[in-house]
Amino acid sequence: MRNLWLGGVLTAIFAGMAVLSFLWTPYDPTVLDIANKIKTPTLAHPLGTDHFGRDILSMIMVGARTSIAVALVAVGIGMGLGVPLGLTAAARKGGLLDELIMRGNDLVFAFPSLLIAIMITAVFGASAVNAIIAIGIFNIPVFARLTRSGALSLWTRDYVMAARVAGKGATRISIEHILPNVTNLLIVQGTIQFSLGILAEAGLSYVGLGAQPPTASWGRMLADSQTMISFAPHMALFPGLAILLTVLGLNLMGDGLRDLFDPKLRRARS
Amino acid sequence: MLHYLLKRLLSLAVSLVVASLVIFLALEVVPGDPAAYMLGINAQEDTLAALREELGLNGSVLERYLSWAGGLLQGDFGTSYTYRTPVAEMIGERLWISLPLALYALTLSTLIAFPAGIWAASKRGSPVDVTVMGVTQLGVAIPNFWFAMLMVLVFAINLRWFSAGGFVGWDAGFLLAMKSLTLPAIALALPQASILARVMRSSLLDTLSEDFIRTARAKGLSKRQALWRHALRNALIPVLTIIGLQFSFLLAGAIIIENVFFLPGLGRLVFQSISARDLIVVESVVMLLVFAVIVVNFLVDLAYAIVDPRLRGRR
Repeated sequence: MRNLWLGGVLTAIFAGMAVLSFLWTPYDPTVLDIANKIKTPTLAHPLGTDHFGRDILSMIMVGARTSIAVALVAVGIGMGLGVPLGLTAAARKGGLLDELIMRGNDLVFAFPSLLIAIMITAVFGASAVNAIIAIGIFNIPVFARLTRSGALSLWTRDYVMAARVAGKGATRISIEHILPNVTNLLIVQGTIQFSLGILAEAGLSYVGLGAQPPTASWGRMLADSQTMISFAPHMALFPGLAILLTVLGLNLMGDGLRDLFDPKLRRARS
Repeated sequence: MLHYLLKRLLSLAVSLVVASLVIFLALEVVPGDPAAYMLGINAQEDTLAALREELGLNGSVLERYLSWAGGLLQGDFGTSYTYRTPVAEMIGERLWISLPLALYALTLSTLIAFPAGIWAASKRGSPVDVTVMGVTQLGVAIPNFWFAMLMVLVFAINLRWFSAGGFVGWDAGFLLAMKSLTLPAIALALPQASILARVMRSSLLDTLSEDFIRTARAKGLSKRQALWRHALRNALIPVLTIIGLQFSFLLAGAIIIENVFFLPGLGRLVFQSISARDLIVVESVVMLLVFAVIVVNFLVDLAYAIVDPRLRGRR
């Protein structure tokens, strides 16, 4: 439970910052103020300013928006396509459709999200939307596999048998009886993919395949700070900490949720 | 076993063909004519046509796929649009940085994760276990390129133990070359080691609670003997899977880390090629990496079948 609380609080802080940034930020993160460039943290700028004099706290707040939006939509894509695929595969276990879906999954699995992003960028150019698509595609097989394996263990249950005897079709059983019972699994995995998505978005933006200027993004802030790290380490420190704490919060929350849903797993969780 | 092997080989071949088709088609839809790009806007129509012919751009999609894939099989990756040198040569040079880097990181990750995971599992609930779990929780959450930047700040800029970036080349001697890969390898290894240590721990804890361990203990083996003689070997299967998966992630992850350390590896090549719209190079590097992932997973599957005969019937 301690994990869940700590994770929940950390996540809430960054989610809150993202929401707040729509209404208010200490400074406008797009306005340059060269007179105040590369200032270490002061009262006026609690996290200092960057090489263009922009307020780092404001940029982190707006960057939270990008990170969370990209990762959240990518999880949505993964679940939206992966869960129906997994349910279908489980309902048709051993059939041609199951085989096709699972082989397709294996194939997508062979493409790390970075490679998908590289291909998409090579074709369409870099943008936050392309980062979402790349991470989203990567998420599909994760959810498809999880849903299938969760669903398979449910198809042998008595209540599913009863539903079949009552004349319900495979699709209806999948939606009415299987899906509600794999929701816990999906929530836990969703939290983990969310945190992986934040890391992936940061990585993609860092190498220039993600959000483009003027969209603020934690990964790009780090890329900008790299050449100045010897004399302005604060520029690299805070965006990195923001990523670390958000991902840590989501992971702790995922662990906590898993414990909550399935106390048996508490013994040996990875 | 032979039947299993044949079946897996067939599925390996199918995966490779489908993957190559996906990559080829994805990059085929790109608008723009490489020949026009190479010759610039003032090119004469007949020069363009000649170059298109030379690059093999005139055939149908199927013809071009077959000639590309056929070339790949013979180690001919085509000619770079920008540098006019064989892509295979360019990749070959860069691979001598990226591949050793990934292997170095994999070795480090395994060397850190095994003792940490085993130690934590054997002292479950103790301060050691809590520390390992806490540190690995951080290790999983840290962006490796940020960790790399922090290491540059501490070990290169402040302490001056390592250079902040660049690669001295293998000609400078093995040790010096490895030294310039050390910080990148640590940065790559840290998150992977954290994941691996956690998997090792939980897999070992699972095995330790099984009946055969109780039997071994009842026969008079000490806890330590039961762990080393019986539990460890049985706990290795999920760990092997993760190591297999990690190799491919390390190879792809190297692309980002190379950027932090200005290493002229595959990653730099890919990013340069993207900005120069040298798609044939992008296509080849992506294919090579996907090929590596598929083959490594195939080898891991094969390793299972050898380690555990029960798995041969599965799938």
